[in-house]
Amino acid sequence: MEKPVLSLPKKPFRTRGGAKLRHNKNTSDFHSVMLPCPQKVILPMVQHIGMPCRPVVKAGMKVCVGNIVGASESLFSAPVHASVSGIVKGITRMQLPNGYVCDAVIIESDGEMKLSAAVKPPVIDSPQDFLDAVSASGLVGLGGAGFPTHVKINVPDGKRVDTLIVNCAECEPYITTDNREAIENTDNVINGIILIMRMLKIDRTIIGIEDNKPEAIRILKKAISGCNEAEAKRICVLTLKARYPQGAEKVIVKAATGRVVPMGKLPIDTGCIVMNITSVGFVSSYVKTGIPLVSKRITVDGSAVSEPKNVIVPIGTPIKDVINFCGGYKEQCLKLISGGPMMGIALESDEFPILKQNNAILAFNEKDAPLHRTTDCIRCGRCVDSCPFGLMPAAIERAVRLRNKDMLKKLGVTDCMECGTCAYNCPAHRPLVQIMNQGKQILTHNGKKQGV
Amino acid sequence: MEEKLIISPSPHILTKTATTHIMLDVIIALMPAVIAAVVIFGFRAFVIIADTVCVSVLAEYISRKVMKRENTVTDLSAVVTGILLALNLPVGINPLYAAFGAIAAIVAVKQMFGGIGNNFVNPALTARIILLSSFPSEMTTWAAPFWYKTGSVDAVTCATPLALHNSGETASLRDLFFGTTGGCMGETCALAIIIGFVYLVVRRVITPVIPLTYIGTVALMSLLFGQDILFEVLSGGLLLGAVFMATDYTTSPITRKGRVVFAAGCGVLTFLIRQFGSLPEGVSFSILIMNILVPLIERATLPHPFGERESRKNA
Repeated sequence: MEKPVLSLPKKPFRTRGGAKLRHNKNTSDFHSVMLPCPQKVILPMVQHIGMPCRPVVKAGMKVCVGNIVGASESLFSAPVHASVSGIVKGITRMQLPNGYVCDAVIIESDGEMKLSAAVKPPVIDSPQDFLDAVSASGLVGLGGAGFPTHVKINVPDGKRVDTLIVNCAECEPYITTDNREAIENTDNVINGIILIMRMLKIDRTIIGIEDNKPEAIRILKKAISGCNEAEAKRICVLTLKARYPQGAEKVIVKAATGRVVPMGKLPIDTGCIVMNITSVGFVSSYVKTGIPLVSKRITVDGSAVSEPKNVIVPIGTPIKDVINFCGGYKEQCLKLISGGPMMGIALESDEFPILKQNNAILAFNEKDAPLHRTTDCIRCGRCVDSCPFGLMPAAIERAVRLRNKDMLKKLGVTDCMECGTCAYNCPAHRPLVQIMNQGKQILTHNGKKQGV
Repeated sequence: MEEKLIISPSPHILTKTATTHIMLDVIIALMPAVIAAVVIFGFRAFVIIADTVCVSVLAEYISRKVMKRENTVTDLSAVVTGILLALNLPVGINPLYAAFGAIAAIVAVKQMFGGIGNNFVNPALTARIILLSSFPSEMTTWAAPFWYKTGSVDAVTCATPLALHNSGETASLRDLFFGTTGGCMGETCALAIIIGFVYLVVRRVITPVIPLTYIGTVALMSLLFGQDILFEVLSGGLLLGAVFMATDYTTSPITRKGRVVFAAGCGVLTFLIRQFGSLPEGVSFSILIMNILVPLIERATLPHPFGERESRKNA
């Protein structure tokens, strides 16, 4: 019996909570520019969620763009490729912004950006070939989480995926890289969608995009109508209300399909795969060219940056070089953020390299980086009302203070994705994200600090 | 880069609304009621309000100082408590008694339990009840509206509409709406309280859930017991209590369902006290009793986290 064709949604399904933020999408009309070849790149062996890679190069070796410098036997990992051509200067230990310590390969660039002879388009005859190709490309979720893509799109036996959700919500303020991807790399995005649908036997694709990106919406719609009829009927652009955190995986699944991902499960359990639009565009260009993930578009913005830009940078470029390319700091930078202002990590130095999953570097001046005084919780309930997952941050805070594990479990602290909506809305400026994290630590490690 | 960078957990942007702004909004929302009180009950009303506000702020300042804690006067919550307390007093009250009430509210009810956010009952309401039991006759002598035009505050008195009602008389709805009846300073003028309510809702300081449920429950009970709905809703301290006291963040549930249960409980108790109790009015006691039940209500109305039901279905 033929299964009924899934219809495409006309308008988004209702989602809960959230916050209305100032978008500050200052760079949304800025065409991406290429960063000139940096002098050196630093390539940490962990630029994904999963097992760390092992360096497969030694100091003094010559490498070209696209050569593998880090690999892992584990399936739950993603290889790291040389992003410039030059000589391996050495391998050091470094601490990543999230606290994880790993090896990093340092390559001194020869300035030529010579492409490796090993780079050639993959031959894809079967879905397995496709998965292998994605795995070899080093692709991780480019929306920020860095989940290895070949793991995500590897549908386990017995499960069926009927919907691909392309995430172009870009709900974090400032960041405009997904917007630029939709505008500048439209063909690859559409081809990527068609390729993934064919390879994974997916029925329909929903491109979720917030309504503050009218140009991208128009261009994507036009590109879809330019496809052949059979495909155009299965792909749609779904305009979402601009409301943080619209782009969170479980939120966008609900908004696009009305399906609720059960607690502790993944979108794939409800027949959906969510992929960032830049990841989709990359899949298509990799299949065409064979060039692995060696560069990344990032938004450089913030009150301390002279010339905000969208820049395409080789992965591993020190942030300092990128900032200098954007005219340097125009004011004293007091806070440097990797990622968006809601979920990004505050960095301790601009010597850090750009990682695969980075999509923005924000430099804030004194005015934008105030240290807020935390006052007592007044139980206003704004955190509860705004939590997209229906959690009770105020109650969780009490349970954390009491180290009450049963209560923490009951309140579902492990489900918190740390989107920061509660902390944003808190009039007492309580550090709720930190407290949520602490709650998870109490459940997993009894609250003890973890050695690395 | 020479300068040191600030490391802090995300999010790196925060709402501009701080506790102080919320309290300021509540103060603004109380202004119509304050103005109505001064118009109806004269300059003396202003004196009592100023009295309780000053004493509240001072009591807060001194108790924080004595307890060697960070000073919280700037959050303006003591000002709110002061105004609310005054609006719940008869205009003829001795200013010293009012000051005693303010000290009881701030020191005994609020600061002894840890200050803002930690008190388990509403400070202003509790202080009113303390005053009611300490000075019963002073607290139930109601000056007539516009007494200042004809004589002294003690001489020109009248009964509250609810007391009149119990003895068979009834006040006109027009008087109840504009507040030209006897009663506590802030509770008589329904119009002023409704303006404040609309302001609070528009500014998103409160959601209309608690006031509407509370008032709706009283209206429903009135209907069931064959009472005049509009009279029950507009008379006494119901509106003031429902809009400004029952919505107090600290002493009302933070869960959505809990707020409905809490407000409905307030409504039922208010009506029962009015109808069957020996007191003419029961708003203060109802809210106080429900305040104490808040932790239990919250425990019973925990929200379902996203996907919880679905995960149980699959299991």
